[in-house]
Amino acid sequence: MRPLVAIRQVSKRFGEFQALKQVSLDVFEGEVVCLIGQSGSGKTTLLRCVNQLATADSGGIWLDGELLGFREIDGRLHRLSERDIARQRLACGMVFQRFNLFPHMTALENLIEGPVQVQRRAVAEAKDEAMALLRRVGLADKAGSYPSQLSGGQQQRVAIARALAMKPRLVLFDEPTSALDPELVGEVLSVMKELARSGMTMLVVTHELGFAREVADRVVYMDQGVIVESGPAAEVLRAPREARTKAFLAAEVG
Amino acid sequence: MSHGDALADGFPDLSGHTIARQAHWGRWLAAAIIIVMLGAIGRAFANGQIEWSYVERFLTAPVILRGIVNTMIMAVAAMALGIALGVVVAIMRLSPNPVLRSVAAGYTWLFRGTPLILQLLLWFNLALVFPTIGIPGLWSARAVDVMTPFLAALLGLGINQGAYTSEVMRAGLLSVDIGQYEAAQAIGMGRLQALRRIILPQAMRVVIPPLGNEFIGLVKATSLASVIQYPEVLHSAENIYYANSRVIELLIVAGLWYLLVVSILTPLQMLLERRFARGLARGGR
Repeated sequence: MRPLVAIRQVSKRFGEFQALKQVSLDVFEGEVVCLIGQSGSGKTTLLRCVNQLATADSGGIWLDGELLGFREIDGRLHRLSERDIARQRLACGMVFQRFNLFPHMTALENLIEGPVQVQRRAVAEAKDEAMALLRRVGLADKAGSYPSQLSGGQQQRVAIARALAMKPRLVLFDEPTSALDPELVGEVLSVMKELARSGMTMLVVTHELGFAREVADRVVYMDQGVIVESGPAAEVLRAPREARTKAFLAAEVG
Repeated sequence: MSHGDALADGFPDLSGHTIARQAHWGRWLAAAIIIVMLGAIGRAFANGQIEWSYVERFLTAPVILRGIVNTMIMAVAAMALGIALGVVVAIMRLSPNPVLRSVAAGYTWLFRGTPLILQLLLWFNLALVFPTIGIPGLWSARAVDVMTPFLAALLGLGINQGAYTSEVMRAGLLSVDIGQYEAAQAIGMGRLQALRRIILPQAMRVVIPPLGNEFIGLVKATSLASVIQYPEVLHSAENIYYANSRVIELLIVAGLWYLLVVSILTPLQMLLERRFARGLARGGR
């Protein structure tokens, strides 16, 4: 079976700092993969490479069999145009740590911006679908609210709905609950759980080990730019093989 | 150490007390001094060599009214040109393309680095450099016919304004959080679409107060176009006092008109600020 996302030997450095070292990973259709690890371990950088918000220095990422960001001609890689990269990004939805909703637009306007302006879909149809998505995340009554009028948890739920409005093949989550007050984490996680149950492919960078244990098909532990250990959630979280994973989990549980 | 529920003695209940009004002696004193000074200045002008009847007569004279209309037309047109140039140059300045970046920096350097009145005179005297201008084979004309006072003033003021506006716009674009660019990219937008739909509308909120300031400056800077014969209000006033020698009276007339226009612009700016503060808890409220 061909993976939906295939990451092969991806390296990335920021100046002196080597963020990723020869990382390879497969994500299959319908799978929920959680990336865990300390800050600075490279998990967010890996996620951003999949959406081309960061560009790998070497290695390749294929989405549904299509190489991202480059075209291979006669053994050489030619960078794709901005337009082609924008088209490739449509396959991924992205949910940011700090929500990044558009503050000058209402929740509904945030949702239809991509479908109408980028995908050129009819406004009425986009609105109907956006309302259905807002209902799905429990915020139909907030369609006319601006982000500043919503709590952090509500903003992140709108941001998830905005990602889904583009009908992506997979959704990337970059620490979606890290910027939230503790009492607002649950509502966001429950939306994500519902999404996972619906069969959406998800790649989630998270510190919520409880969420990973409950929802993830696979957990990937990263440290210092490499994948230390990866496997079924129950194995990695309950019975880790690697010493570094054990130390991390022991520290996280406290 | 716990003391139970008992509160310490010696701190009486003040909740029933009224708060006495403070006496602001300093304010009364300052007001008195200022009223005396204003009175003295007013008296001096009333007794000075000013024929107020001339001010009254010429305040609504047709030439003056045409002048103020021309002033406003020029200010609006030059500001429109300045904003258009400013947005384009600011975007060029932040582009990844080094050629565009240098062109933008060079433009700002050149037009901020020379006096506006000199630029106006250069545009107006362009015919000395290029006697005929045009597109080879398609169209050509004598520069003196094309470079009217209106066009010279518009180019001089608008292009100069563009250099200043581009810096205001650049500050506005930089004030928008980088996460907004990323969110726009994540929904498949290209650079220009993200700028137009997501970044510029948010930058506008930041740039309107300084742009309002720039516009008020430009309204007054149109008076410099009097040196190239553009018939704005100061030029009209000068023409009248060359004939009747009522110099101060006509300068007061022009001054009153500038004050009136600027006074009207301030509340207009507030309206614009409120429009662009949509969705933001702070600002305009």
